[in-house]
Amino acid sequence: MPVTDVQPIVTARLGLPESWTLKTYVDNGGYAALRKALSMSPGAIKDDMLSASLLGRGGAGFDAGKKWSMLAKGQPSYLVVNADESEPCTFKDHMLIEGDPHQLIEGTIICAYANGVTQAFIYVRGEFALGVERLTAAVNEAYDHGALGRDIFGSGFDLDLVVHYGAGAYIVGEETALLESLEGKRGFPRIKPPNFPAVAGLYGCPTVVNNVETLSYLPWIVLHGGSSFSQMGEGVSAGTRLFSLSGHVNRPGNYEFEWAKATFRDLIEHPRLGGGVRNGNQLKAIIPGGASSPWFGPDKLDMALQHDVVQKAGSMLGSGSVIVMDETTCAVRAAWRIVKFFHRESCGQCTPCREGSGWLEKIMMRIEQGSGREEDLELLLDVCDNISPDITWPPKQTTICVLGPSIPPAIATSLDMFRDEYLVHIKEGGCPFD
Amino acid sequence: MARFSPENVQRVRDMMALYPRPRSAMIPVLHLAQEQDGYLTEEAMVHIGELFDITPAEVYGTASFYDMLFREPVGRHLISICTNVACMINGAYELVDHAEKTLGIMADTTTADGEFTLEEFECLALCDKAPCLTVNWRFFGPVTNQDFDRLVDDLRAGRLADDVPPHGTLCRVRRTVGLPAEVPFPGRVGDPMKKPVTDESSGEAAPGTTKPPVDKRTPGERVADGEQPAREGVVPQMDESAAAILHPEGTDTGPTAGGSRAGGGT
Repeated sequence: MPVTDVQPIVTARLGLPESWTLKTYVDNGGYAALRKALSMSPGAIKDDMLSASLLGRGGAGFDAGKKWSMLAKGQPSYLVVNADESEPCTFKDHMLIEGDPHQLIEGTIICAYANGVTQAFIYVRGEFALGVERLTAAVNEAYDHGALGRDIFGSGFDLDLVVHYGAGAYIVGEETALLESLEGKRGFPRIKPPNFPAVAGLYGCPTVVNNVETLSYLPWIVLHGGSSFSQMGEGVSAGTRLFSLSGHVNRPGNYEFEWAKATFRDLIEHPRLGGGVRNGNQLKAIIPGGASSPWFGPDKLDMALQHDVVQKAGSMLGSGSVIVMDETTCAVRAAWRIVKFFHRESCGQCTPCREGSGWLEKIMMRIEQGSGREEDLELLLDVCDNISPDITWPPKQTTICVLGPSIPPAIATSLDMFRDEYLVHIKEGGCPFD
Repeated sequence: MARFSPENVQRVRDMMALYPRPRSAMIPVLHLAQEQDGYLTEEAMVHIGELFDITPAEVYGTASFYDMLFREPVGRHLISICTNVACMINGAYELVDHAEKTLGIMADTTTADGEFTLEEFECLALCDKAPCLTVNWRFFGPVTNQDFDRLVDDLRAGRLADDVPPHGTLCRVRRTVGLPAEVPFPGRVGDPMKKPVTDESSGEAAPGTTKPPVDKRTPGERVADGEQPAREGVVPQMDESAAAILHPEGTDTGPTAGGSRAGGGT
């Protein structure tokens, strides 16, 4: 294992022959953690989770153990696994679902047991057809194995698990929109408060919502203890973490390593990780945590990939997706594409986001195509300001959910770093990279 | 065919029986309509309205929110090329241009023979294989112009039929197991999904399936440690400590913010 010698956890079984089958899973230690968990009290598992200090891996970076502890008492309560991965350039859950579905199922059962839930759902992104098939087959196998259904492994604990699939909508990854969609409706995010899932989630009942990667760590944590997990990494950036590396690198891919012990440079240049920028080109910019995060320049290369460090520097690791852009990339075009994405995916409930994203896309397009005006640069920021007042980080919002405030960072930071490039587009009437 | 076949009506009922409230089966059922007809016909949406006891307009209103649900015919092969950032900076738009030439159509249209529909799509989560595409949501990447032409030839000749089912078929694996979703409890006030489901109706909803009988115990009794009593129609209150964690001042790290929509709500 590069960087530190810590062994991978969630990706340990990937690459084994037919890693998605029950046989491979059980042959490699699968479902042992569940047996152990069922012999523990739910409270003991929750304590283990708190000591693990496992930050949710979906993007918001909220401590999963704390999230569980906020679950309101009341029955029925539900567990919903957020497998609707669609943040641009994030592809870790996709790999975990297809490659090791039983690990996710085992984590899901442990989570349900710890939280006293008897009905769980895995909401899989509709586009992951193979993932839906493998998960469905794995759930069938798990029932036959006695790991799901009535009286799991003779413990008296019952759990039903349904593999549910969506139909293509980025916003459904937002947890309240996910629940709305799981209720069979348009994926509109709900207003919070009062609709915090832990209190009023699915069908208005207390609901735990956890991400795929987060739950995939659970079997390991139960087997080895929460403190073994939090001993790895640094502070709140505990354990190992999966990073999705894409863009202009020689070896794009998902890499799991001890969190907070590597820098952006390690991730991009290490021969067993990114392997350097392609063609030996100069690095131009990094998007450190998915399309919603503010960009970094090459000056941040030696920054640790660490939750609070990146946060303090004005961006976020988000869903763990690092996008690398080399010198051949047009910053205006890249920012335009991100804005176009948000425009397309805005659910349309809130005016600043619905209208603002469209205006921003049009203004960005006209700059890219050479019909921009110098005043457009101020206009861009003015529209951004309407969506996210003062364009600060972390962002403020004028909208129900955080899709809206995710639009300004790409524009504001690219404009800040590459203002000259915007001006060249305007003055020369076209894109210098065409 | 446009209304559901008797076999598919049964599948709809089986899907509805999986959830505490049958409306939750809406999206899988809409996919099933596409599996049967290749796209969502008006007749199918009317039939779904009857089965769910809601208006066809509400079915349409739900379906129109989602990119994978097509309300007009699409080709047997739906080719979706990702053009989001990672793919774009690796030549996705050039691939779209090439695809348009090869197929002789513009993006978002269908070939005259009904074989291919081409669309530009958002991130497909295969960014390490950029530029990537899916055919009927089966992944291919990285795709060069030559790869694309070969792919189209193979699809036309039916050489990939085992890997790529016709458009509309999302999941070829059937669920064979499971408890029926438990329980009736009153809907939220003002919830259009109104009707409380009864044990009897959820029992009826799945005739002919191999499911075990409905568990008559209350949910509370089914929890292993038994510490949480069953409560119906609860509107739980949030205590102050929960509120403090839910609204950390000036940070984006609460469960409501940051990148939580990123395919993760944690």
